[in-house]
Amino acid sequence: MTADAAIGPGETVAELADLKVWFPVPGGAPVRAVDGVSLRVRRGETLGLVGESGSGKSTTGLALLRLVDPTAGVVRVDGQDVTRWSRRRLRGLRRRVAMVFQDPQASLDPRRTIGASVAEPLVVHRLADTAAARRRRVAELLEMVGLRADLADRHPHELSGGQRQRVGIARALAGEPDLIVLDEPIASLDLSVQAQIMNLLRGLQRDLGLTYLFIAHDLAAVEHLSDRVAVMYLGRIVETGTPEQLYGEPAHPYTAALLSAIPVADPRVERHRRRIILSGDVPSPADPPSGCRFRTRCPQARPDCAEVDPALVEVAAGQRAACRYAGEAVRAMRAPTAGEGPGR
Amino acid sequence: MSGHPDGTPRRALSALRHDPPAVAGTVVLLLLLVVGVAGRWLAPAGVNDVDVDGMLRPPSPDHPFGTDELGRDVLSRVLVAARVSLEVGLVSVGIALLVGVTVGLLAGWYRGWVDNVLMRGMDVLFAFPVLLLAVAIVAVLGPGLLTAMVAIGVVYTPIFARVTRAGVLSVREQVFVRAAVSIGASDARIVRRHVLPNIAAPLIVQTSLSLAFAILSEAALSFLGLGIQPPDPAWGRMLYDGRGFVTEAWWLGVFPGAAIFLTVLAFNLVGDALRDVLDPRQLTVGEARRSRA
Amino acid sequence: MRERSGRPTRPGHAGAPARRDPAEPVLAIEDLTVTIGTRRGPARAVAGVDWSVRAGQTLALVGESGSGKSMTVLAATGLAPRAARVTGRVRLLGEELTVLPEPRRRRLRGRHVGFVFQDPMTSLNPVLTVGRQVSEGCEEHLGMTRRQARERAVELLDLVGIPSPRRRADAYPHQFSGGMRQRVVIAMALSCEPDLLIADEPTTALDVTTQAQIVELVADLRRRLGTAVVWITHDLGVVAGVADTVAVMYGGRIVEQGPVDAVFAAPSHPYTRALLAARPDPAHRGRELPAIQGAPPSPLDLPAGCAFWPRCPVRGDARCEHELPPLVPVAPGHRVRTFYPGREDA
Repeated sequence: MTADAAIGPGETVAELADLKVWFPVPGGAPVRAVDGVSLRVRRGETLGLVGESGSGKSTTGLALLRLVDPTAGVVRVDGQDVTRWSRRRLRGLRRRVAMVFQDPQASLDPRRTIGASVAEPLVVHRLADTAAARRRRVAELLEMVGLRADLADRHPHELSGGQRQRVGIARALAGEPDLIVLDEPIASLDLSVQAQIMNLLRGLQRDLGLTYLFIAHDLAAVEHLSDRVAVMYLGRIVETGTPEQLYGEPAHPYTAALLSAIPVADPRVERHRRRIILSGDVPSPADPPSGCRFRTRCPQARPDCAEVDPALVEVAAGQRAACRYAGEAVRAMRAPTAGEGPGR
Repeated sequence: MSGHPDGTPRRALSALRHDPPAVAGTVVLLLLLVVGVAGRWLAPAGVNDVDVDGMLRPPSPDHPFGTDELGRDVLSRVLVAARVSLEVGLVSVGIALLVGVTVGLLAGWYRGWVDNVLMRGMDVLFAFPVLLLAVAIVAVLGPGLLTAMVAIGVVYTPIFARVTRAGVLSVREQVFVRAAVSIGASDARIVRRHVLPNIAAPLIVQTSLSLAFAILSEAALSFLGLGIQPPDPAWGRMLYDGRGFVTEAWWLGVFPGAAIFLTVLAFNLVGDALRDVLDPRQLTVGEARRSRA
Repeated sequence: MRERSGRPTRPGHAGAPARRDPAEPVLAIEDLTVTIGTRRGPARAVAGVDWSVRAGQTLALVGESGSGKSMTVLAATGLAPRAARVTGRVRLLGEELTVLPEPRRRRLRGRHVGFVFQDPMTSLNPVLTVGRQVSEGCEEHLGMTRRQARERAVELLDLVGIPSPRRRADAYPHQFSGGMRQRVVIAMALSCEPDLLIADEPTTALDVTTQAQIVELVADLRRRLGTAVVWITHDLGVVAGVADTVAVMYGGRIVEQGPVDAVFAAPSHPYTRALLAARPDPAHRGRELPAIQGAPPSPLDLPAGCAFWPRCPVRGDARCEHELPPLVPVAPGHRVRTFYPGREDA
């Protein structure tokens, strides 16, 4: 399972075009979980997708496997438009796009052995002819993720959290997918185990030429693993760019606020820095604000932000932001006099 | 570490051995099975051997359970009736289980209009008084053992459908089910491999309870003349026939009553123990009990 | 920082012990050990833990799951599960808690200690209005009338930054967002003007921008009300932001404790060092993280010597494996559990 040498970097593995996923609410406006997202995952890269709860980042990931039904827009995988594929056809798609879930305990069937869970894609997609071949492949997969092959006979409750997540990764690798959607893969792990899993993911990517969509709220982890990062807020992508660009010179006020909220493990820094504390809460995705969605919490909101819905525009090579005052607003927020925000 | 059988039915059985109530229940059920199969040969007398000189005799060495109003040996009738009770229980609950679980799986998995149509149908069945439903079925099929089994089966179907549907609704929201969908498993596979095993515990408990109640229902139906036809013996029938002699011949009611009681108790004990032991996180029933306490 | 309608009054401080010497710790625990009987044998959740926290100070208890950080405060405040055997000394406002009968302990706890737990939804009763829940403590412990207590609840909701508190007091928990719910829980915890606030992973379930709000809120309240805070967390970034002193726990014991600056500037236990090093930061971009191998030990199966020994990147010697290292001072107030203080490589 090595990267095909004929396929150079930059080729698109999966793509979302103006994707909308609205969930109906009985007797109310639909929840616009994803509301016009376009993104492209290139072969061999890690695209980080960050956002807070309610930003729609997980729903975006689910849409790539068509685990949710798009309300509008297009989902394309390996150049094929899979937006309207039947349930039966989608099963084949799900060999090419795999998923690793946040809670490894919950994502493994408690009644099945580790081996049975890892072997399931092999059975479903008929990737191993005999039971012996299946067992060999399971052993290989377990060793690939750093587990002893004899764990195949154990049940999930007998493993530690980190081991369980390794099993989840082994299962995702079983079908030799083109893309793996990692939905908060380290969020529920112990601190000392998170780094192990990040190293494993990076090592597997290097050795197998994997492509990742890495969904997380942990900005430090996203920065560490991603080649490109997209920041989501209230169903939209508000900024994309390389980690260096976003973490160094964020152009969207939300990105800047998010970065400033991350605590730094250094008390001296913590004591002297000024956080951009956003006031209030994320508005309801059933009733997003007019114009710019971030304007209700933006310390730099101007009157016309309520009128125009800003598109993602290029602010630097490879960096795009959906803010009419991109760059300028962030500079104003970071300036000594404006740092405190307008308050309430 | 392979070789310690874990989470398998075999492990469940071996764990049951360490739980005294479960062992007792299993022993009773095994005895019942033997009696059910071989009752006719174990019985000291023919079930319908009438002895006009020995009517309503209290228990004695000749007739350990006494004789009834026609002088028939109560012990023999209790032994032979075990087969009827078991048959009624197993067949009727089997029908309810098969139909109810199928309905519940379809309703819970597909939801929407499938759910509405099926579960409203179950509500209608559930709303009928049990005996009225049985009478209606008897009107169609005519009285007899088969009718009793079908009637009881139909009556218990909605319960199984509801238990199954509730289980499916909660299990289908589990991440591991979503994970199975995400790797491209078919609906049939997910239901068979992931949903059913995870709702087995409540179904097993429901089965054991229903077996017990089915045996009691058979008694009621037989009493109304809608179940097994005289002179063939059935526990319920004997119990009700004996009610007229409570004061002068207690043994007519007590022995079939005790048989029903023991059977129901045994099913419950075994059902409880199975529920605990089928959870792969528990090692033995004893541990399961202690941790629940 | 937001404008706030001033510091709330401190009505009905009846029944509180006389104002204490500010140097006296609000809560001090000594040699606290908690053993929990489980079906697989006794689990030593906490062993020989000492620390104290003064008025207006924040102590951060840091550790991973199973490190004993939560059990330490539960046991100290008499909230440990029934199966737990607690030994050691616990002084709350100078009173020895461990010898008090449970009713008296409950009263002291209710009056002087406020709790904030991780999940704000389960800390709130879904069928009572938030105003009712906040005022309950005031009625119970401060002897207020219903009307007074309600006024106080509105005041507290305002204090924790709930907009239009008078109107929101009549709302139910499900009508609040996660961050706002946690503010309500903090208002409840503060209702009796506790001398001690125990915050057990209060921001773990929250988003990072909400976390920043809550961190600011608690810091601000602590400054203005002089409350002592014990903040339990696994996030070293949060520790750096909130703590005055820090105690790092591993396998039920403190492995390092001291002033927050000293511990972060000169982490001296291999575990603390490894934890800090394993955090992704820009310097490591595109490279392997120096991860700690293995998983934290189970309290059921702790190594004989140093609990960290099996995972220790330094791996001292046989002594570390078989003998428990002592907690030794490496600088004023900074103590480390090691045989080899001052040795970077050991």
